[in-house]
Amino acid sequence: MRKVSFPYMGTSYIPFKNLLEAFGNEVVVPPKPTEETISLGTKFAPEFACYPFKIVLGTYVQCLEAGANTLVSSGGVGPCRAGLYTTLQEKILKDLGYEFEMITLEPPGRHFKDLLQSIKKLINAPLTLKDYISITRFVWKQLVLLDKVERLSHKIRPLEIKKGEATRVYKKCVELIASAEKYRDLPEIERECELLYDGIQKRDSDPIKIGIVGEIYVLLEPSSNLEIEEMLGELGVYVERSMFLSQYTIYNAVLDLFHMAGERNVKKTAAPYFKEMCGGHGRESVGNAILFAKRGFDGVIQLSPFTCIPEIVAKSILPKVCKEHGIGFLTISLDEQTGKEGLRTRLEAFVDLLMAKRNQTKSFTVKPQIAKEMA
Amino acid sequence: MKIGIPRALSYYAYYPFFRTFFEKLGLEVVVSDETTKEIMDMGIQDTITDACVPIKLFHGHVKNLMNRVDYVFVPRLVSVNREATFCPKFLGLPDMVICSIPKFKNMLEVRIDLKKSRFELFKLCIKLAKQFKKGFFRAYIAYSKACNSLKNYASQFLQGGIPPLGIASQKKSSNVSLAVVGYPYILYDPYLSLDLIKKLISMGVYVVTPEMLAKEEKQKQASKLRKNLFWTFSNEVIRTAYSLFENGSVDGIIHVTAFGCGPDFIVDKLMEIDAKKYKMPFLTVTIDEHTGQEGLNTRLEAFVDMIKIKKAKKEAALA
Repeated sequence: MRKVSFPYMGTSYIPFKNLLEAFGNEVVVPPKPTEETISLGTKFAPEFACYPFKIVLGTYVQCLEAGANTLVSSGGVGPCRAGLYTTLQEKILKDLGYEFEMITLEPPGRHFKDLLQSIKKLINAPLTLKDYISITRFVWKQLVLLDKVERLSHKIRPLEIKKGEATRVYKKCVELIASAEKYRDLPEIERECELLYDGIQKRDSDPIKIGIVGEIYVLLEPSSNLEIEEMLGELGVYVERSMFLSQYTIYNAVLDLFHMAGERNVKKTAAPYFKEMCGGHGRESVGNAILFAKRGFDGVIQLSPFTCIPEIVAKSILPKVCKEHGIGFLTISLDEQTGKEGLRTRLEAFVDLLMAKRNQTKSFTVKPQIAKEMA
Repeated sequence: MKIGIPRALSYYAYYPFFRTFFEKLGLEVVVSDETTKEIMDMGIQDTITDACVPIKLFHGHVKNLMNRVDYVFVPRLVSVNREATFCPKFLGLPDMVICSIPKFKNMLEVRIDLKKSRFELFKLCIKLAKQFKKGFFRAYIAYSKACNSLKNYASQFLQGGIPPLGIASQKKSSNVSLAVVGYPYILYDPYLSLDLIKKLISMGVYVVTPEMLAKEEKQKQASKLRKNLFWTFSNEVIRTAYSLFENGSVDGIIHVTAFGCGPDFIVDKLMEIDAKKYKMPFLTVTIDEHTGQEGLNTRLEAFVDMIKIKKAKKEAALA
């Protein structure tokens, strides 16, 4: 029997676990990254490995200790290093004496056959076409719903009167969604989640708005970015993240299959400053920053793992871009050394500056588009 | 008209081509001064802190040139073959340079992407010549002369010389031979690599660099990895290492890398794991703008001594 495990990233483990279980595998659910995970990863990974690499490696060690014998992860075509994670991780872990099979899911555009073979290895139950459709429908809906409740939490958190309520509701919603067993449960859960959020007491104010751009793993996994969204929300800031897993999956798995580029408008927006695709999410970071500026945001925060190459390129370009568009800019490098209190101080200072800037210009009016979104 | 070529990054791998091409087109070529502390400091001023030293140095060389030439040549190296591309910092180099250096207006940005066909480079040269209002015929001659000069450069390496460091040939007789692997823009910049190669040679070591191995020899090792690396220079380095592991023609390998180099965390770890398997002595030297000369000397001396002792023991055991 295959005992499958995979990297932990945000809430994606819920739909992914359901998917693998429906395919007839036993799943070892990866534990949420803790300090132990990070120290395991740091111990075995090379010094200059990017932070996601270390966290994922630590998670793998924990999963293998818990009895997993198959690891599933995504591949890539470069030139970002993430596409080679599995090659090196497999080597390091086998060198440590673990025995397992590493299955890499390559993007369908260039490695379609490889991908099919990998997926075939993971299907260990007799399934009919109807089963496939119902599994996909259920898992996809769950993924979309998880993104939706997270988005809602970002929207409501700066407006809450009792601190911490949005976070509590968000956790409750994730639990509810995780408890769903079939597609038919989900619409009801969706309504329930909306009601829960509606129940939070809100004040009427126009919060500072900050867009977050950067590398996907540190954006999506709160333990790697020190729960920056929660921190900002509690400072009374409306946070919007440029990337969610459901949209990422569409762009990189579905559209790639037809050799279509996702996020065309983002790339087009970035083009005057960033002319070449250089892997990772460097160009998307620049494009999204401009889009945030056009929508009337007060500031942009770029999150990047220390030594992340595409984000370093973006980081060199972003200060100029943000200056030209009159929007505040803060860049944060994350690795195992980054401390939460230090980050909080920097965020507080950044938010104070944005606030001062807004008061100074006074003439600030909420652009109609975002006012509508906030309502 | 003066074209400035910064003495950094792709310069060390391809400069005979660029230089001959521009010269044969009838343009004056100015290469930036050899790296000094001032050039380094100028680069550090304008770049973000977590960029690697070679990138910072490139900015310094551009600043060294920008006020005394008409155009500064900044290549955007996308690919030179079908199997790999370059580090993202090479792909985004012109974008980075133009955003980081204030008042930099005279950039000659050239996108080099040769994966589509064999004629891509020729087409690019014709296009470039047109930009300077030179005819097809002249461009063709310049192109073929440039190709020859690059070939000549490569063959000098194969004969055991290191032309960018002014070393014509090395004595084969020295009893210790070491491979120094790393990217050309680190190895062949004496300031950046703290003159590591010359120091080794003065210790009586025969030095082998990735460029000194024949192309076919490296290509043979391509199947060693389940997935090719994405970066051209990294593939060169890892294949050199694998081929040397296999034929054992050197006594040890020194990997020279820059602090925070993206691709190298994968390259270095792969080599480290496999060096253990082949029982090949392996040393990683990490370089940044603060690396001290003495610390490096001590490490190199210790490494060479250790190899000499190991060799002596082996010979004694055989006798």
